[in-house]
Amino acid sequence: MSSVDTPSRGSESRVYALRPWVAAFARRIPRARGILIFAVVAWFAVLILLPIGTLVRGAWQEGLSASMEALGAPAARHAFSLTLGITVASVLINTVFGTILALVLARQRFCGKLLLEGIVDLPFSVSPVVAGVMFIVLFGSDGWLGRWFESGGIRIVFALPGMVLATIFVTLPFVTRQVVPVLRECGLEQEEAARTLGANAWQTFWQVTLPSIRWGLAYGVTLTVARALGEFGAVLVVSGSIIGKTQTATLHIHQEFTDFHYAGAFAASLVLAIASFCLLVFMELMKKRVEAGRT
Amino acid sequence: MGILVKDVSKRFPPSRGEQEGHLAADNVTFAVPRGHLVALLGPSGSGKSTILRIIAGLEEPDTGEVLLDGQVVTGHPVHQRGVGFVFQHYALFKHATVEKNIAFGLDIRKWARRNVRERVLELLDLVQLRGYEDRYPSQLSGGQRQRVALARALAPRPRVLLLDEPFGALDAKVRRNLATQLRQLHSEFRTTTIFVTHDQEEAIEISDQIVVINRGRVDQIGTAEEIYDHPSNKFVASFIGNVNVIEGYVHEGVLWLGANRAHMTPVRTSLPDGEVVMLVRPEDVELTSGVAIDGLDGVVREIRYRGDRYEQEIDIAGLTVRAVEVKNRGRAAVRHPGQQVRVRFTRHRIFDVEEDHAAIRAQLESLGYIE
Repeated sequence: MSSVDTPSRGSESRVYALRPWVAAFARRIPRARGILIFAVVAWFAVLILLPIGTLVRGAWQEGLSASMEALGAPAARHAFSLTLGITVASVLINTVFGTILALVLARQRFCGKLLLEGIVDLPFSVSPVVAGVMFIVLFGSDGWLGRWFESGGIRIVFALPGMVLATIFVTLPFVTRQVVPVLRECGLEQEEAARTLGANAWQTFWQVTLPSIRWGLAYGVTLTVARALGEFGAVLVVSGSIIGKTQTATLHIHQEFTDFHYAGAFAASLVLAIASFCLLVFMELMKKRVEAGRT
Repeated sequence: MGILVKDVSKRFPPSRGEQEGHLAADNVTFAVPRGHLVALLGPSGSGKSTILRIIAGLEEPDTGEVLLDGQVVTGHPVHQRGVGFVFQHYALFKHATVEKNIAFGLDIRKWARRNVRERVLELLDLVQLRGYEDRYPSQLSGGQRQRVALARALAPRPRVLLLDEPFGALDAKVRRNLATQLRQLHSEFRTTTIFVTHDQEEAIEISDQIVVINRGRVDQIGTAEEIYDHPSNKFVASFIGNVNVIEGYVHEGVLWLGANRAHMTPVRTSLPDGEVVMLVRPEDVELTSGVAIDGLDGVVREIRYRGDRYEQEIDIAGLTVRAVEVKNRGRAAVRHPGQQVRVRFTRHRIFDVEEDHAAIRAQLESLGYIE
């Protein structure tokens, strides 16, 4: 036993003398696993790190001032504020209705519930462009809802309402999908306890239901924000992409790119990427809280 | 009258594949005098929890009404009934501290902040959890959580306290401890209390009165002694305590037991001819070595030592009867398997088989009361 042990320990300590961290690394990771990890890192680098690096470099290539100037242009400023407005509006609406929808799906028994549950996920599977087309057909000048609104002087398609509607559509499932499992897991007992302690339905919702789903809800909202910021296809179709009017940040980037204004495209992209990164960090924090809440 | 449940029935809507829904309460009527502590005792699925939830207003009955302190509350929303409810799985607000949990009912009633704090501390003292104010439920043991739940339910001084299998999720030692604590709290506050349990020992230990529920119906109401000594039917007799269920036959006023009826000493009865069951508690089976004039001939088959008593299985011409003899009673001499004994039933009850005998047997078997 010791005769087998001694030489291997000797060789190990020789490696240790050379490069302590290499030895530590080599000891922890056998070769097969090493290859696997290398492959994953390489794949990750090509697909994610490299493009991000290019983006940062591109934004810097024509100088910081050129980028800042491009971002300060009226069209760019308008595009970003439009994106912000649409995001806030659709997040607010989807938070309220998504929560109500989740409550209905998790708590009520009615026929057709399974169907509704399936339909909630529809925006995930329908291409955003198709969604945009649906809205054009429904709310356009020839659509039956569009005609009704236009007779009242409200323009939906190629205007802000249509863009908000399209964004709401593509982000519809996020809040509901996050909140339903949390609600199911909490069960009814805490709410029943609140009722017996004298709380009416409204108080029970605000003081018991909402606090117990808060992290799931926050996670759903974060996903909604991320998706709303980056939405392109559906908004492209319903907005008509009119510069300075119905052009959101993503549409603006596309415009700048096709017009060969690379500095502007890169700078705007970088802003969106940074926003996404912040959201990502926030999401990870949320996810931890959601999971902690479950145990 | 503290709580009056009058002709309450409740049938749940049928789930998929069922013809008709489960009848959880079938014309249930009982009363709990103000200040009493009553146990709703029954096997699981007997409808006792549903009855409790109907009193609280968490379920609406199909028919009948519930009165609290003489006032009809059927149809009143839960939050206006002034009941305290303790759930089997505590149902504490996970996102709130112990203090916030207990204060919930007081904050809802808009108590002044100072009074709330005072009341919370008072209750924490009562359930011996002073110093745990800032803990979250996840940082407490099961027994501690249930004590917080009890404190939370008692805090707004409810008219009645309802406990749904409050100790069901706890281990035996904690359970006994909490049961004693509940008894003490009750004797201090005299809040009219109903607690649901499937554990007959718990019911006997804690309550003033027991309401035995079986298949959605009230089978018997009485004190533990009344129910133990004078059970109203076979189910009650078997559900409360251990019992020997002996099948027999009455012919012209004479009772014959077991399959080999000819070997039995006849017992006279006023029951009409037909199949019957005789119930005998193991402690009412008297064994004597040597020769006695009356009684049945039996053979000791198995002896189990239980510390304070001997449990024995006696074979009487093919019938197996369990007998319990308390140690140190002098005559409870140490027996051995195979020994001949004389068996006498000092007390027994005979029920005729007007109900579906097989169904009752199956139920008792599923409960583990007979083998």
